[in-house]
Amino acid sequence: MEITPELIDYLQQLGRISLSEQEKEKTGKDLSTILGYIDKLNELDTEGVEPMSHAFGRTNVFREDTVTNDAMVEDILANAPESKDGAFLVPRTVE
Amino acid sequence: MRPEEIVRSSALEIGRKIKSGELTSVEATRAFLDKITSDNGKYNAFVTVCEDAVKEAELIDQKIARGELKGPLAGVPIAVKDNICTKGIRTTCSSRMLGNFIPPYDATVIKKLKAEGMVMIGKTNMDEFAMGSTTETSYFGPTYNPWGENRVPGGSSGGSAAAVAADNACIALGSDTGGSIRQPSSFCGVTGLKPTYGTVSRYGLVAFASSLDQIGPIGRDARDLAALFNIICGIDEKDQTSTETAPIDMDKLDSFDVKGLKIGLPEQYFGDGIDEDVKARVSEAVSFFESKGATVGKFSFPIADYAIPIYYIIACAEACSNLSRYDGIKYGYSPEGVDDLMDLYIRSRSEGFGMEVKRRIMLGNFVLSSGYYDAYYNKALRAKALIKEAFDKAFDEYDVIMGPVAPTTALKCGESLSDPLKMYLGDICTVLVNTVGLPAISVPCGFDGSGLPVGLQITGRHYSEGLLCSVASFYQKHTDHHTKRSSDR
Amino acid sequence: MADYEMVIGLEVHCELSTKSKIFCGCSTKFGGAPNTHVCEICSGMPGTLPTLNKSVVEFAVKAGTALNCEITRNNKFDRKNYFYPDLPKAYQVSQLYFPICRNGRVEIKTSKGTKYIGIHEIHMEEDAGKLVHDPYTDKTMVDYNRCGVPLIEIVSEPDFRSAEEVTAYLEKLRDTLQYLGVSDCKMQEGSMRADVNLSVRPVGTTEFGTRTEMKNIASLKAIARAIEYEFERQVDTVEAGGRIIQETRRWDDTKEMTYSMRSKENAQDYKYFPEPDLMPIVISEEYLNKVREEMPELAEAKKERYISQLGLPEYDADIITGSTTLVKIFEKTADICGNPKEASNWILTDLLKIINDSGKPLDEVSFRTESLGEIIKLVSDGKINRKTGKQVLAKAVEEDIIPEEYVKANGLAQVSDAGAIEPVIKEVLGSNEKAVNEYLGGAEKNFQFLIGQSMRALKGKADPQSVRTVLQKLLDEMR
Repeated sequence: MEITPELIDYLQQLGRISLSEQEKEKTGKDLSTILGYIDKLNELDTEGVEPMSHAFGRTNVFREDTVTNDAMVEDILANAPESKDGAFLVPRTVE
Repeated sequence: MRPEEIVRSSALEIGRKIKSGELTSVEATRAFLDKITSDNGKYNAFVTVCEDAVKEAELIDQKIARGELKGPLAGVPIAVKDNICTKGIRTTCSSRMLGNFIPPYDATVIKKLKAEGMVMIGKTNMDEFAMGSTTETSYFGPTYNPWGENRVPGGSSGGSAAAVAADNACIALGSDTGGSIRQPSSFCGVTGLKPTYGTVSRYGLVAFASSLDQIGPIGRDARDLAALFNIICGIDEKDQTSTETAPIDMDKLDSFDVKGLKIGLPEQYFGDGIDEDVKARVSEAVSFFESKGATVGKFSFPIADYAIPIYYIIACAEACSNLSRYDGIKYGYSPEGVDDLMDLYIRSRSEGFGMEVKRRIMLGNFVLSSGYYDAYYNKALRAKALIKEAFDKAFDEYDVIMGPVAPTTALKCGESLSDPLKMYLGDICTVLVNTVGLPAISVPCGFDGSGLPVGLQITGRHYSEGLLCSVASFYQKHTDHHTKRSSDR
Repeated sequence: MADYEMVIGLEVHCELSTKSKIFCGCSTKFGGAPNTHVCEICSGMPGTLPTLNKSVVEFAVKAGTALNCEITRNNKFDRKNYFYPDLPKAYQVSQLYFPICRNGRVEIKTSKGTKYIGIHEIHMEEDAGKLVHDPYTDKTMVDYNRCGVPLIEIVSEPDFRSAEEVTAYLEKLRDTLQYLGVSDCKMQEGSMRADVNLSVRPVGTTEFGTRTEMKNIASLKAIARAIEYEFERQVDTVEAGGRIIQETRRWDDTKEMTYSMRSKENAQDYKYFPEPDLMPIVISEEYLNKVREEMPELAEAKKERYISQLGLPEYDADIITGSTTLVKIFEKTADICGNPKEASNWILTDLLKIINDSGKPLDEVSFRTESLGEIIKLVSDGKINRKTGKQVLAKAVEEDIIPEEYVKANGLAQVSDAGAIEPVIKEVLGSNEKAVNEYLGGAEKNFQFLIGQSMRALKGKADPQSVRTVLQKLLDEMR
């Protein structure tokens, strides 16, 4: 599988990551090798097999609809890089 | 008891001696903390050492004296992998991203350890966000294997395994997404259990790949693992993927005999690409079971050839979603002087994550992106159904499956970092069980020509932790590989 | 110029009226200081896991059943991945591959008659947080109180051809969900939000034009205006030889126009995949039967019954069934007073006027539902007169009172007991000898005067009929 610079750019954008030119080149090569190996999976015949998202376990696991939590604003904001009046602060979102 | 004796003891032994009054939790805790202090510069097994642990131990000693704590591991010190949330104690996942993250809550397993009266002595080093098999991708520097100069301890729970191997802890918690408990246990000559998916609550385990992650014990022997498993297992209302499970019966475990046990050997785990020394040690272990009355049969397990593609597709897909929450807004690394929201996202993530994490995020985004989803992610989910079928068929015939944990013994430092595919291929024997939630145990079974430990992997049906620990414990009653220390050589 | 028609599909988000959020035990209450209804789970802390609220599934199945949908038996949740500060996990737990309801339809009535609107699907998902601009720091403040409040998204087929149809549909959805008790559908609080997908095409063609999407318009009236504007804009563009661009447009209600939202991103790639942290939901036949049995009577059926069985005029039935609050009051009132028509009269002529004068919206009036029935009963039992009844009702809307106690405490009871009335009237006759004598002498009109005097002496609390009887009796005795 050829990993084009455009694909690397697209994957960076999807992951909100920016790589240096050198890293991009290395990552392109690495992804190409890894995906080359992963493409081995095409040899496996999965015709007619349903995708299995949950291998086993329970179904219909629910929580009753009751309010169990008290306010814990200090705890919620304790790790925030920036906050004000109980809210997280982020650079202005322009719409 | 002298500190040198304490740190070499098993967890159950320490627990018993605390109960009988021969030892206090404070003495045990101090012994391990002192050992960590003298060793951490060398092995770097811990990211955070809990200096306050002695105070905890004092309280626990009082509770034991009052008869309020009666469990087999009450008062016993324990090390915890640094991806398990601990209230008020930083939990870094060995990442710059979470370098300053202090969780406001305890993981369910931590609550259970506290209820038993175990004392947490520190948070162990790991591959960043559990992504890696060498503990070299840690932002806090690599952990070193006590068994060899310049050897990796395996990963991602390398800190926990090395800590037990170096007597920095008698028992530890790790997590296993594709072999992260078993492979470092194998590399470090200790015993490690990856329990059935759902038997131990994941609440508070920082997610790598949610459908694969599982917390489990790493320790000196299978009896210790069974005792710790009994404490941490159980259904948790905070984890809807958790399931009820019966604790392991210790008396049954002690009286277990392998006579009549049906052992299956997948041919694919004894073929090319597996070191000769590894094959030899594992075969010797299998012969031992045969000599004790077990029956052994070989079978073909062709799905194993696709293990790495299937695993990496699923793991990276889930990881890229799980790691998207690290955005510099709510917690974790956040750069100064950002221009705008996009800049905040990109710089937080580019500066906060290491290269291996970024690589897997990109791989995950690739297999999930529109146009590729069916060819990769959905294909892997179909293959997963075939894996389940293959295991079901094997377990129709055999009680357990045996093979090596890893194709090699501990690698040299830096060897696989430059070649990610090579590193991924090292997971070939461990990843399949995670995709379908099976339990497996790693048991030391001898040494290679360089004196590095080799691990035997025993895999069982869902919820067969009791059988796996029993088989392993039977083996350990008759062998002494697990009691060896690098310092004895 | 060719004739154009509009083609509209709606995506309607409704917040479900559960007590707690969809995946954690935090309150769903509207408002509150920032991040006070937030825990480690809904703020997306590392290591936390979702736990599915049972009522969310129940409410979604109820809604789907009422909207004539097929209910999906094997349900799963999926993750919709995108970065935005109002989404702390950077993914929204939603349903793409197996939505809980599919293929429903809703009957609407417009000036052109009856029409069915198809429901493509309904899926369950979590709401996002709120972003508010802070002028002091020129940054955006992030509040996760709303984050994790359960939503259903109702996706219609592109079946609408006019703003009137859209309005009728939204009113119908609102009525239905309110009757079911699964959502309060308050557009002003954002618990019901509609995204409008609109395209135009020459009448008679079947191909769809390129559509634009207008998101989160705040009221039914604004939606109708936005649709008319956007229709005109698209027709003008096409007529002028231009092309419609597929994009999201924002409706500015003050300027009465839509404008294009600058989109810095390429087309979104949400990378949906099955949510591994939640187990599948299997809906059984028994479960569905139970939901069907417990299904409350909806507006249409209720209106029919009010007319045919309770004998209400259609106009009355229409107004009462148009509001779940009025339905509750009406049914309680009719039950207590035993006279549905009388109950309906009081509601339409008196209660609505009083509420209207109070200036409060109907569903914000805290009114003890038993009160009106009790008041009507007091009147029909002759304990108070109708005029007093109205006074008591006004009081009951204003504050929580028990009518009977209030009447007693304020001495408003009508005196109908002859024993209590007689001495007062005797006194009145004694002090109005001239009028009495004239009456006895044949001046019939003085009877009315004596009634008035008596009523005044009784301070208006006496039942006029009793006064008349007693007065007549006393005068007859004097003949």
